[in-house]
Amino acid sequence: MTLQNFMNEAISPWMREEGPDNDIVLSSRIRLARNFANTTYPILADPNQLEEIRDFFKDNYEKKSFQEYKDFSFLPIQNLSAVERQVLVEKHLISPHLVKHADTAAALISENEQVSVMINEEDHIRIQFYLPGFQLNKALEKSFEFDDWLEEKINYAFDETRGYLTSCPTNVGTGMRASVMMHLPALTLTKQINRMIPAINQLGLVVRGIYGEGSEAVGNIYQISNQITLGKSEGDIVEDLQSVVEQLIDHERKARKQIMEQSSKRLEDRIYRSYGVLEYSRIIESKEAAKCLSDVRLGIDMGIITNVSKNILNELMILTQPGFLQQYASKTLNPDERDILRASLIRERLQLEK
Amino acid sequence: MVECQECHERPATLHFTQVINGNKTEVHVCEVCAKEKGYMSYPEDGYSLHNLLSGLFNFDSLKQESNSEGIFNQVKELQCPKCEMSYSQFKRVGKFGCAVCYETFADRLDPIFKRVHAGNTQHHGKIPKRQGGDLHKKKQISNYKTQLRHLIESEAFEDAAKIRDKIKALENDTGNSEAGDNS
Ligand SMILES: [Zn+2]
Ligand SMILES: [Zn+2]
Repeated sequence: MTLQNFMNEAISPWMREEGPDNDIVLSSRIRLARNFANTTYPILADPNQLEEIRDFFKDNYEKKSFQEYKDFSFLPIQNLSAVERQVLVEKHLISPHLVKHADTAAALISENEQVSVMINEEDHIRIQFYLPGFQLNKALEKSFEFDDWLEEKINYAFDETRGYLTSCPTNVGTGMRASVMMHLPALTLTKQINRMIPAINQLGLVVRGIYGEGSEAVGNIYQISNQITLGKSEGDIVEDLQSVVEQLIDHERKARKQIMEQSSKRLEDRIYRSYGVLEYSRIIESKEAAKCLSDVRLGIDMGIITNVSKNILNELMILTQPGFLQQYASKTLNPDERDILRASLIRERLQLEK
Repeated sequence: MVECQECHERPATLHFTQVINGNKTEVHVCEVCAKEKGYMSYPEDGYSLHNLLSGLFNFDSLKQESNSEGIFNQVKELQCPKCEMSYSQFKRVGKFGCAVCYETFADRLDPIFKRVHAGNTQHHGKIPKRQGGDLHKKKQISNYKTQLRHLIESEAFEDAAKIRDKIKALENDTGNSEAGDNS
């Protein structure tokens, strides 16, 4: 397979679309947790009961369309190879938890990959809705409509006082987790982010790196999401998140400008060094690749690098993960082999720009 | 240096306790394997939240244990009639087994929800569109009643009469039409 073809299949179509503020906000996501009212939750249910739910989704939604989200694929996880599963996880279409329960779990994914429903995850139903850039309100609106559409045929576990009854007490009420993925290289470089995170936590929001471990944000990519799901309406939760994200965008833009004014040569040097590493290295670990990709993306956003498309960060952050590399190679690779393939894939991808 | 239990090559940099079906296991893995083997998860499944919860649940398990004074005095343990999850199991796992668990453990949930949701215990969000038909109406009526009270207090009797009519209309309406009034 050529790299171009592989990428076309690998990258979700919506990720290539332009979204508002997408120099900083890479994507917006709404996730809704729902359960069937009369069925025991996956943690304690009989496999038979869960298979019934899985079959219900297959019978009712496979190949169906909802608005512009067409032709849903129904994927029982047990029918997928290990690499295929990992690829879906790396695309954030399913969670590692879903993979762990492969025998009864399934995913329902729209052709454009903006809607994915995880079936028999921790809850019976987890709806995920993605939009490019900063579009939380639209994502909320769309996910509500989709939720209503499912509810036409499903009796949800819902209680007037407690709201949507989820398996975990941390999700009860709205069952909603709203999140945005942000690229914040300047706030990270100037260490301002370290001061901001505790303040953001105070507002009931969680900031974490989406790649990598703990609080470290590999590739300077952060996910900001709500922690509280009970007591506030979905609209209010989204509004709070929205206003914090707006402030972060503002601070990031200011920090970029400041760096440019105070040390433009240093910045330019850093960006071109990273560009050089990506263009010429023969072995590269994921962390170094992420750092360099972040630098190059910053260079693109600041007009320093002009011959590379913005998508390179999102695309290569996804494509250079272990699952994708192995899918590209069509075989299992050990870590050393992956580091070699990662370097060659990045070089090839940069060649496509020329 | 602890070596990674998956690849046995790299040093383990991630150390945590994993709870699966109530069984605790210590996990020591490297970053690479953590990602590959699915130990890394989304924030909503984050360990910090789990820790927060288990700490919270342990706190009230102390009270429980202190009143077991022999077989005759032992209070029968609270157990969900549908999924058979017991309260102590719920505390250990930190997950509900089914929707009925919420009723079964109702009296003990407020403190838990308050801790997890910044003092909140009641839902103020979406109501299911189809099955919540009556609830939409109920909510609308209660909104009108609040409005009515304020109007009467401020002696705006004409407006109050209008609202009272709306409430009556809603209460008499037995169909499942939604109250589409935005005033
Ligand atoms: Zn390892
Ligand atoms: Zn139960």
